[in-house]
Amino acid sequence: MRRSLLLAIAAGISLFSAEARAQSRTRLTVYTALENEQLAPYKAAAERAVPGIEIAWVRDSTGVITARLLAERANPRADMVWGLSVFSLLSLESQDMLEPYTPQGASALRPNMRSAREPMTWTGMDAYVAAICFNRVVAQQRGLPRPSSWADLLNPAFRGQVVMPNPASSGTGFLTMAGWIGSMGEAPAWTYMTGLHENIQLYTHSGSAPCNNAARGEYAAGISFDMRSVTLRNQGAPIDIIIPTDGVGFDLEATAIMRGTRNLEAARRLADWTVSREANEAYGRFFALLAHPDASASVPNYPADFAQRLVSQDFAGLSARREELLREWTRRFDGKSAPR
Amino acid sequence: MDAPLRRQIRPALSYLRLSAIGKRHGAFQALRGVELSVAEGEFLCLLGPSGCGKTTLLRAIAGLDPPSEGRIEQAGRDITALPPAARDFGIVFQSYALFPNLTAAANITYGLRGGAWPRARRQARLEELLALVGLAEHAGKYPAQLSGGQQQRVAIARALAASPGLLLLDEPLAALDAVVRHRLRAEIRALQQRLRITTIMVTHDQEEALAVADRIAVMNQGRIEQLGSPEELYLRPATGFVAGFIGRASQFRAMVEAPGLLRLGGLSLRAAMDLPAGAAARGFIRPEDVLPDPQGMPARIRAIAFEGPVCRLQLALPELVLEAEWPPAAVAGLAPGAEIRIALPRVLAFADG
Amino acid sequence: MAEPVRPVLPADQKIMLAGLAVALVFLAAALVLPLGFLLVRAFQDAQGGFVGLANVAQYLSTPSLAASVVNSLWTAALVTLVVVPLAFTYAYALTRSCIPLRLLFRAVMLLPVLAPSLLPALSLVYLFGNQGFLRGALMGAPLQGPVGIVLAQCVACFPHAAMILAVALSAADARLFEAAASLRAGRWRILATVTLPGARGGLASAAVVVFTLVVTDFGIPKVIGGNFPVLATEVYKQVVGQQNFNMGAVVGLILLLPALAAYGFDRWANAAQESVFSGRAVPYTPRPRTGRDLPLFVFCCAIAGLLLAVVGMAVWGSFIQFWPWNLALTLDNYDFGRFDPAGWSSLGNSLVFAALTAGLGTGVIFLVAWLLERGPRLPALSGPLRFLAAVPLAVPGLVLGLAYILFFNAPWNPLGVMYGTLGILVLNSLVHFYTVCHLTAVTAIRQLDPEFESVSASLGVPVWVTFWRVTLPICLPAILEIAAYLFMSAMTTVSAVIFLYGPDTKPASVAVVHMDETGQVSAAAAMAVVLLGLNLAVKLAQLGLGAALGRGMQRWRRR
Repeated sequence: MRRSLLLAIAAGISLFSAEARAQSRTRLTVYTALENEQLAPYKAAAERAVPGIEIAWVRDSTGVITARLLAERANPRADMVWGLSVFSLLSLESQDMLEPYTPQGASALRPNMRSAREPMTWTGMDAYVAAICFNRVVAQQRGLPRPSSWADLLNPAFRGQVVMPNPASSGTGFLTMAGWIGSMGEAPAWTYMTGLHENIQLYTHSGSAPCNNAARGEYAAGISFDMRSVTLRNQGAPIDIIIPTDGVGFDLEATAIMRGTRNLEAARRLADWTVSREANEAYGRFFALLAHPDASASVPNYPADFAQRLVSQDFAGLSARREELLREWTRRFDGKSAPR
Repeated sequence: MDAPLRRQIRPALSYLRLSAIGKRHGAFQALRGVELSVAEGEFLCLLGPSGCGKTTLLRAIAGLDPPSEGRIEQAGRDITALPPAARDFGIVFQSYALFPNLTAAANITYGLRGGAWPRARRQARLEELLALVGLAEHAGKYPAQLSGGQQQRVAIARALAASPGLLLLDEPLAALDAVVRHRLRAEIRALQQRLRITTIMVTHDQEEALAVADRIAVMNQGRIEQLGSPEELYLRPATGFVAGFIGRASQFRAMVEAPGLLRLGGLSLRAAMDLPAGAAARGFIRPEDVLPDPQGMPARIRAIAFEGPVCRLQLALPELVLEAEWPPAAVAGLAPGAEIRIALPRVLAFADG
Repeated sequence: MAEPVRPVLPADQKIMLAGLAVALVFLAAALVLPLGFLLVRAFQDAQGGFVGLANVAQYLSTPSLAASVVNSLWTAALVTLVVVPLAFTYAYALTRSCIPLRLLFRAVMLLPVLAPSLLPALSLVYLFGNQGFLRGALMGAPLQGPVGIVLAQCVACFPHAAMILAVALSAADARLFEAAASLRAGRWRILATVTLPGARGGLASAAVVVFTLVVTDFGIPKVIGGNFPVLATEVYKQVVGQQNFNMGAVVGLILLLPALAAYGFDRWANAAQESVFSGRAVPYTPRPRTGRDLPLFVFCCAIAGLLLAVVGMAVWGSFIQFWPWNLALTLDNYDFGRFDPAGWSSLGNSLVFAALTAGLGTGVIFLVAWLLERGPRLPALSGPLRFLAAVPLAVPGLVLGLAYILFFNAPWNPLGVMYGTLGILVLNSLVHFYTVCHLTAVTAIRQLDPEFESVSASLGVPVWVTFWRVTLPICLPAILEIAAYLFMSAMTTVSAVIFLYGPDTKPASVAVVHMDETGQVSAAAAMAVVLLGLNLAVKLAQLGLGAALGRGMQRWRRR
């Protein structure tokens, strides 16, 4: 009786103590918003290329991971962030939460896809863009034309058939709005959104929901980001991924070392690898536009002129104005969001 | 202090002594200046209307809700501040509080634990108690399988199990129907007589108190109004409250005309009282103190009810209505509406208000 | 005037008093301090400077606020009005009638809490969505919006209300019914004068719980609420959408208000509630009566059928290729390794986490409830404790999760060793689900004769002996109920733990959310179904154990 009690206590202690799992390899806690299917290949490739490290992922949606990082600020738990929106990293940077370090070889990255600081605070991996998930079956049922540009979504035929993420709840929503502002200019962008509002059935709270909804045939068009759409189409959803021709906003997935990490040396070695051409080619299995100019993307189904459709995006400027833009958006569209 | 209150103190025999007991619940004074002394082996009833403080007093004696002030001595020991477990009593609650998941036997032996109660001794005591309350064949039953009377006997056996010096009963008969109640109160009295255990019972039923108690403490508004034997309370109530609460009586309001004389409209009545002339008084006349008397005052019969050994009459005088109890023989030939003459040899009167 | 009496406190009372103090310290550390840490941010700017009421003022000027307050209140009121009478009738049928299949109905009623909230939401889409099987049934009203919220909340809240009411109705004094019947009271009169007043406390608690759950839940509005703004999604918008903790704290504060009102209501309604289960009480055993049993049976079949349909729909969804385009059946969705790097291992985490939560939580919660109900009366301790026990219900999981990070991850906090371990998940869930369990425990304990402890004291028996020999056995059904509830809640919870799990402690419920976000709906449904199956097994074990106890230990309930 007493013996089994002791055993139970011992088991309890080991359960509650992360220290008990100490291993010979350096364990790096990496926070990420990467997709589930990217985690295993990235981890395998990195652990193969960087000896002596082990990656322990904490994965969640961009908003949740960013909120966690900010809440943990007083005592950071993450050693690194690998695969998080650059908007989030800029917000961490502004609070001085990123460890300045220029990974070896980072200067080879496209200049607009890495930190401008010296030493760098973050390095880009790839770009993902706002896209339209368009359900062919629903379109046929309702006789909707296939849109090829943002402007096409203003067609009254789409009334009640468009879903987009609420920019105040979702990073994807903000990225989409930022793209419109970048390509159209600010005033025309608000005019456009006012027109689009007439056709929008729902502003969802999560960035992936619009595409998921379109894939299930709830609505014809979901504004989301490209990566999401690819996964769904591979599962057999009758959706087309439309990257509008009139300019799309994009966001970067990026990497950074957290200030206060207890494994700085190992984190630096991993950061070195994340900017390598080998790593970029791993990203290239999922994304078309990579930070490393020499790496080639192997992901199918992207238009050839993909890179030209991206608007020039001033990440730092948008990040600074984020609160102001969201307040304006909320004032215009959120208060009267009673369903039609 | 009133004469009857002074008579109570019999120091040599006093087993439980309460002095200057007060209990406050916030602004509400539940008990005030209670003095009480209970002799060893005595059966005392705390009697009063609901809210008079009788249960509060019992719980103070038990230590369940200690008094705010005063002193309680049991068998010469000051127990005022002691927790219940350090006192020496058994208690039966109105609800009995039997443990529903334990058998009658397990309920009874619940307190018989520890080194002092080895298995054999406990078993012997259980059998003794079961025999005492006559439940031997029900020992294995659960409370829900027992009748109300049987449940009460289990509760009493449980309270008596460790042979306490004091038995406290909190309205033990209140939840039973009339027939069972009559039988059980006799049983309780018989049991108490057999064990000679000092017993304090709380009740609001004066008939019950008169039937079982050696002495009764009548309580009202947190005080003891009068303490005495049933006969004393009945025959010589100390206050109007006691006179009205104990036994039957016709009540009326009157003025004191002169010492010993009440004036009620056109009627003058001799009364035993201590009130000055001009005072307002409340008068009480027991039914057995209304006597037929050819020389008496006239009264009209309103109703006659035959109740076996007695007949109950309602008599109307111009100033008041009286109740009388006469043997059937005295009523023979009378009918409602008839005029008779009566005497009122004993009228009790107390200050009104 | 005599000397005031200073009663000597016996050892057992002293220990109980110490227990109350420990409970207060525990709830302070696990609830008040973390929440305080977060809520104080409502009065700070992003840099931590004090700004007074500026955030509140700014938030109050937000256009969507008025709408979200009104929306939250009316949807919560509507759901309460629908759910409480239905749950009462259902619980009444389970406890006060002789309908067949009661054990089955008891299990089915809990289905919605057995599964992550994704399952009912998914079913509603499959049934009433634009491609749904019954898409005409809503007569053109869009599912995503208030309709979806009310439907899904009704399903989600039904088990909570039914559970509280079943406990409240399970103890009844047969003598009251016999007395009423002997006074020739009609059946409806008995219902109105005996049954309903007897369950008044339970009814109030059920209403409060449902109302508060609807106001604070953000999972359902997030998934199926469309852009219908409610208070809980405002928190989500501020915290997850914009990482604005200060505004999130402001909304969190506002969310506490309706819940505080509900707490006051509950206290008021329960104040006069007396114990109905004295030692002398005769347990009520219903006798068959067709006029009552048949309609109740039909009613239970309808409700159970509805719940089964909702859950069954999602179970079916876990076996299909891709809804609604490819309905071929497959087992591939259960090969979790394909969708989530953690694969099946997150289920192992969930099992350990849920078992620890149930084990520790049941002990702590029941003990504290008992100390409060039967311990020494010291309002300075019991008042705050009662209040704190009611607060967790009003705290959205999101707010609690964030509060836990801020408090437990503070560098100076020695409790920080728990951070990132299962321990913090357990503590967080214990606190998160505290209130409903506390109410269940209190309801069960109040049904015991209040003099049990007095009798023990008079017999010189320490109070814990009576706790062990009498209170625990009588309350065992309620205790099992609490344990099962905690287990099931921990298995399905998302909102708080999503901020707290570490690299090795990701629970399956979080994996479900991740798979759903990735669009792998069928896989998400599949893992939700596995959770449902495990919970169902636990629930059936609890019911079976309860039934066995009913035959053995609880013979005394029978006349």
